[in-house]
Amino acid sequence: MTLILIILLGVAMLVGAIAALYLKDLTSAVVAAGLVSLFASVMYLLLAAPDVAMTEAAIGAGLSTVIFLYAVQKTVKHEAKHD
Amino acid sequence: MIKRLIALTLVLFFGYIFYQAVTHWQPDSQLQGVSKEYVSREANELGAMNIVTAIVVTYRGLDTLGEVTVLFLAASGVALLMRRRNITTPNRKERRQASEFIHTGAKLLTPVIVMFGAYIFLNGHLSPGGGFQGGAVIASAVLLLFLAFPKYKLKHGFLNTIESFSGFGYVLVGLLGIYFAGGFLDNRILPLGDFGKLLSAGAIPIIYTLIGLKVGIELAGILENLKGQEA
Repeated sequence: MTLILIILLGVAMLVGAIAALYLKDLTSAVVAAGLVSLFASVMYLLLAAPDVAMTEAAIGAGLSTVIFLYAVQKTVKHEAKHD
Repeated sequence: MIKRLIALTLVLFFGYIFYQAVTHWQPDSQLQGVSKEYVSREANELGAMNIVTAIVVTYRGLDTLGEVTVLFLAASGVALLMRRRNITTPNRKERRQASEFIHTGAKLLTPVIVMFGAYIFLNGHLSPGGGFQGGAVIASAVLLLFLAFPKYKLKHGFLNTIESFSGFGYVLVGLLGIYFAGGFLDNRILPLGDFGKLLSAGAIPIIYTLIGLKVGIELAGILENLKGQEA
C-alpha cells in the first residue's frame, strides 16, 4: 500500500516538474514547481523523515513559491520566445 | 550540432553512472558506522528524545552554525539589493483590496500559526522539527499577513534587536560549552533533566529557541524586502 502511494507521489512529482518546465505562463509554472515540493514533503513523511518533511512543506512549498511569485510579478508574465 | 553531441554524451555518461550506482546498491539492514554510534550513545549522553535534533544541534552543531550564517548572509544580500527599489511606478493602478474573508482569516490565523511555530522550536528536542522548521512556520504567518494586508510593515528596530541578540546568544552558548562542558556547542552546560520532559536535554531548547527566532525574523525580512513598497 505504501509502495503504491510512493510510486503515485513520484509520478505526480515528475508530472509537476515537467509541467513547470513546459508551461508558458510563468505563474502556473511556479505553482507547478511548488506542487513538486508539496508531493516531496508527503514522500518524506512516508519515508519516516518528518523533520525534513516539515522543512520541505514550509520552505519548499510555501515560502520559496511565494518568493518566486514576487519575482515573476516584478518582471514579465510570459516566457520570452526564443529558438 | 557539436553542442548537441556533447550534451548527448554527457547525458549518456550520467545515465551510465546512475545505472552502475543502482545495480550495485544494497540497502543496509541495520545502522552502521557513525550513525550506529550516535543512536546508541545519544540518550545517555545528551538526553534528547529526538535524535535528529541532538545530532543537528550538538554532534553537528558547527554545521548548524554555518547554516545559520549562510541564511544570515542571504537575508543581508536580499536586503542590500532590494531595499533601495522603493520607487513605485507612478501609473500603476491601485490594487483591489483583499476580500473580507482573507482579512478576517488572516487576523484569526496569524497568532495561532506563530504559536505553532514557537511550539515546534520549543519542542525541538522532543518531537520532529526544530529551529529552522519553527522559524519557517513563523515566517509563513508573516507571509499570510502580507498577502492579506499588502501595506503592512514589520517593526524593524524591535525585530533586528531580537535577531542580533539571538545570533549573539547562540555563539555565546557555544562558547560557554568550551569552558563548562566538553567543547564548542556542547549542550551539557545545563543539567540534562528527565528524559522526555520539556525542560531537558541541557542547552538544546535554548539553542533551538534562539535559532527559531533568528530564522523566523530573517525569512520574514526576506519576504518583506522582496514584496517591495506597495506590491
